[in-house]
Amino acid sequence: MKILVCISDVPDTTTKIKFSNENKELDKTGIQWIINPWDELSLTRAIELKEASGGKIESITVINVGQKGSEPTIRKALAMGADNAIRIDAEPKEAYYVAYQLAEVIKSKDFDIVLTGLDSADYNGSSVGGMLGELLDITNVSAISALNIEDDKVFVNREIEGGTQKLEIQTPFIAVVQKGIAIEPRIPAMRGIMQARTKPLEVVSPVDTDCLTENLVYELPQPKGACKKFSEENVSELVEVLHKEAKLI
Amino acid sequence: MTVLVYTENREGKFKKATFELLSYAEELAKNINGEVVALSIGNVSSDELNKLGNYGAKKVVSVTDEQFSLLDNKLYIKAIEDVAKKENASILVMADNLSGRALAPGLSAKLKAGLVSGVVAVPSSYEPFVIKKKVFTGKAFADVKVNSEVKVLTLSQNSYGIKDATSDTPQIEEYKPDTSGVESKFKLVSEELVTGKLLLSDAEIVVSGGRGMKSSENWHLLEELAQLLGAATACSRPVSDEGWRPHDEHVGQTGKIIAPTLYIASGISGAIQHVGGISSSKVIVAINKDPDAPIFEVADYGIVGDFQKVLPEFTNAIKEIKGA
Amino acid sequence: MNFEFTEEQKMIQQAAKDFAERELLPDVIERDTKSEFPSEHIKKLSELGFLGMMADPKYDGGGMDTISYVLAMEEISKIDSSVAVVMSVCNSLVNWGIEKFGNEEQKEKYLRPLASGQKIGAFLLSEPEAGSDATKQRTTAEDKGDHYLLNGTKNWITNANCASTYIVIAQTHPDKGHKGINAIIVDKDTPGITLGPHEDKMGMRSSDTHSVMFNDVKVPKENRIGEDGFGFSFAMKTLDGGRIGIASQALGIASGAFERAVNYSKERKAFGTEIVNHQAIAFKLADMAVKIENARNLCLKAAWLKDQGQPYGYISAMAKLYCADISMEVTTEAVQIHGGYGYVKEYHVERLMREAKLTQIYEGTSEIQKIVISRMLTR
Repeated sequence: MKILVCISDVPDTTTKIKFSNENKELDKTGIQWIINPWDELSLTRAIELKEASGGKIESITVINVGQKGSEPTIRKALAMGADNAIRIDAEPKEAYYVAYQLAEVIKSKDFDIVLTGLDSADYNGSSVGGMLGELLDITNVSAISALNIEDDKVFVNREIEGGTQKLEIQTPFIAVVQKGIAIEPRIPAMRGIMQARTKPLEVVSPVDTDCLTENLVYELPQPKGACKKFSEENVSELVEVLHKEAKLI
Repeated sequence: MTVLVYTENREGKFKKATFELLSYAEELAKNINGEVVALSIGNVSSDELNKLGNYGAKKVVSVTDEQFSLLDNKLYIKAIEDVAKKENASILVMADNLSGRALAPGLSAKLKAGLVSGVVAVPSSYEPFVIKKKVFTGKAFADVKVNSEVKVLTLSQNSYGIKDATSDTPQIEEYKPDTSGVESKFKLVSEELVTGKLLLSDAEIVVSGGRGMKSSENWHLLEELAQLLGAATACSRPVSDEGWRPHDEHVGQTGKIIAPTLYIASGISGAIQHVGGISSSKVIVAINKDPDAPIFEVADYGIVGDFQKVLPEFTNAIKEIKGA
Repeated sequence: MNFEFTEEQKMIQQAAKDFAERELLPDVIERDTKSEFPSEHIKKLSELGFLGMMADPKYDGGGMDTISYVLAMEEISKIDSSVAVVMSVCNSLVNWGIEKFGNEEQKEKYLRPLASGQKIGAFLLSEPEAGSDATKQRTTAEDKGDHYLLNGTKNWITNANCASTYIVIAQTHPDKGHKGINAIIVDKDTPGITLGPHEDKMGMRSSDTHSVMFNDVKVPKENRIGEDGFGFSFAMKTLDGGRIGIASQALGIASGAFERAVNYSKERKAFGTEIVNHQAIAFKLADMAVKIENARNLCLKAAWLKDQGQPYGYISAMAKLYCADISMEVTTEAVQIHGGYGYVKEYHVERLMREAKLTQIYEGTSEIQKIVISRMLTR
C-alpha cells in the first residue's frame, strides 16, 4: 500500500496578517511558514499507520505545489517520516490550478490513499481534496477524523452535519482530513532530520491550465469598538443590556 | 438563467441557514434576471418544501431516490451537476458547512466553475463577477474574481440574514437525476447521530469555555446557561486537547469556524487562533478574571471576574428575565 | 561571515521549541515545586535524539553540529532548565568526552547506548573540598594491577541517580599532583557505590542532584580514558565544551524570561496604557534585549569555533561568564516588570530567576571563568 499526503505551506497560525502592494499581495516579511496544520496531522497519521503496518504500507510520499521557497516545509515532512517528496514547481495560484497540477502527477503514479487537509490556513479554500476526487474520478470522503487499517480493510470516521459515521472504504480513495485524525503533529527526531538530507525530492514542471478564480485585493476587518466592561458585581446589568438593548436574550 | 441552491435538510426539516441561502440567492437572481431554483435531496414533506417558496425559491427540484440516503460525494455531485445543467444554472449556492465543503469543490472541478468558499456578501460586481470571502481564518477578507461562466459559492453563515420574499407556492418537481456510471465504493459500518442536542453550526447562541474553566467538572455551569438560552456549547483548543470536551466542540482556526448571533466565552484568553474561529459572531461576550486578556479586544461586552461567581449569576439573571 | 542558520538548524530549533512547549510547559511548575525528576519527559527527549544529538552517527548519535545544539539548548532552557541540564551533561561532557578521548571498545560499549539515548551519563568531578579547584581531587583510584579501586565522595552530581554511566575523575598518583589524576568510566550499578539524598535546591529543583560515595569500588583498568594521568587534562578539555552547553542554558533562561516580560508588558496596563509604553519599562526591555543578543552571539561564536575545529576555550569561558551573569540580571528585571505577579509561581519568571543563579555557580563559577579568561590574556 502506498500513501500520498498533499501538503501546503502556510503562514504560522499566530501570524498577524498584513498586506502590501496596495493590498494586492500578502506581506510576507517576517512570516514563518509551516506545514498547513491539517496536512501535518494527516502526515502524522500516515506515519503512525506505516509504523504499525508491519511493512504493508510500503511508502509515504508528500507532494506540494510550490516554488523553491517551500522546500524547507517539504524537508520537514521528510524529517517527520515521509519517505520521499514531489514538488510541482509552480506558484499555487488558486485551488483549481493546484488540484489540476496534483491530479496530473497523481494520475501517473499508483497511490492507494491520498490525504488532503480539510482546509488551508491561508486562503481557506477547503477545495483541493474534493476537486481531486472529480479530476481523478475516484472516491473522496470529506471531514475524516479517524483513519484505521484492520486486516487489510480501511475504515474511516467522517463527520456529517449532525453526526459521525464509520465507513468501510475501498482503495484507492481521497481522504479529506480534519481535526482528530492524529492527536498532535509529530516532532521530527534528530535521526529523521539527518535522514531527510538524503531522501529523494523530485521536482516536476507544471502543466498549462486555467485559473478559475483570482484574488484581486485584500482587506483587514474593521477594528471592533471598545469592549464594554462590567464588574463581577454587575452581571445582571450586562444581562439587562443583552436583553433590552441588544435584544439577544 | 437560474441560481441553484442546494437546500439541505436534516431529518426532513430545513434549518435557518438554508432559508438564509435562499434569501441570498434571490438577491443574486434579481441581478442576473434569473430565478431561484432549490434542490432538495432526501425525504421532505411537501409542506416543508413549500416553505422554501417563502424565501425566494420559484421552483423546487426534489430528489427522493433511496440511493442518496448515504452521503457519497461523487453521487451527490453527479446529481447536482445533472440538475444544474437541466435548470441552466449560472450560479450554484451552498452552505459553508460540512456538506457544502464536501460537495462544492467537486462540483467546481466537474463543471469547471470557479469556486469561492466562505463568501460573506453579495457580489460587488457581476460583470466581471467579484465577490468577498474570508481568508486567513477570518483574519482578513479577499475580493475574488471568478473567470468562469458558471460560479459555485458557499455562503458563510449569518453573513446575509433571512429575508421573507413575497412568493407564491413554488413549483415542485419530483426528479430522478442521471447518476449512471457512479458506483459507491464504501459502506456504512455504524453511525452516531447527534439527537436532541443543538448543533454548533445551527446555534444562534453559543456558550463556550476555555482552559480558564479549570476542569471538566465545572462545565455544568456552562451547560446550565446554554440550556436556558437554547444555546450550543463549544470550547477552545486546549480544552479539547485535554479531553475535557469532545473534539467536535473545538472552535478556532483548526477546529470549527462559527458565526452565531451571540458568543459567550468563559475562561478563554483569546489566542489569535481561537479568535479566528469566532470573529464573525455578531456579538461577543467575554468572561475572564484577567482584565488584560486579549479576548476583551474582540469582545463587545466583558465581565472581569471569576467564572465560578459570574456564571451562576448570569444564569440567575436570565432566569429572572425569562420568568418575568 | 554568515549569520543565517541552515534549514536543518532551524528545524532542530523548532523541534526543540515544540517539544518544550508541548511536553515540558504544562507541568514544569508542579515538578519544580515537588522537586520531581522528569523521567517521562527525559524519555521522550531521548527518543527524539536530543541526548545524543552531537555524537557521531556511526555510534547512533544525531551527528548535528554545535550551533544546532546551542539553539536546542536555548529553546528547552526557556521552559525547563532541569531538563536542559540533563541534555547538556550527556552531550557536552559524557558523550563528547568518550567520543573524543575514548578508545574504540569504550565507544562501542559506552558511547553507543548513550548516543542513542538509551542510557544517561553523569560527570563526577566536584568534591566536598574540591569544587572550583579541580586539582585537589581526594577521591582515589588506586592502581591494583588489573583494576582500579575507587574510594571517596563526589558532590553536586547532576544525573547521579538517573545515569547508568559515570565518568569519575579520581587521583591515582597523589605524588604527581594533578598529573596523577585519571578519568574512569564506571557503571553505576558497580558494588560499593551509594548515593546521598536528593539535594533540595533553590532552583532547577527537579534535576537529579546527589552526592555519590565510593567505597572500594572495583573498576577494570580498560575503563580508564586515555593514558595514565590524563584525567585532569581530560576534565579541563571536556569542561571547555561543557561551558557552551551551560552558556546556552543561561541564555535560554534569560530569553525565556525576556519573552514573558515583553508579552506581559504589552498586555498589562497602568496609568491608562500598556506598561510597555512607559519608558521605565521600555528601557529595561531594551537593555535586556541587547544583553541577550550579545549573549547569543557569544554562544554561537564558541559553537562555531568548535565546529570549525578551532580553539574555543577562551570564547566558551566568555560565553559561560557573560550568559550566566546577564541571565541573572535579565531574570531579575523580568520579575521586576511583572511586579507582584512576578513573585508568584504561576508566571514562571521567579523560577527562571532561581534557575539563572545556578548558571553562575556550576560548571565553573563566574569567578573561575574570569581566571580562565585572564590567564589566556597573560599567557
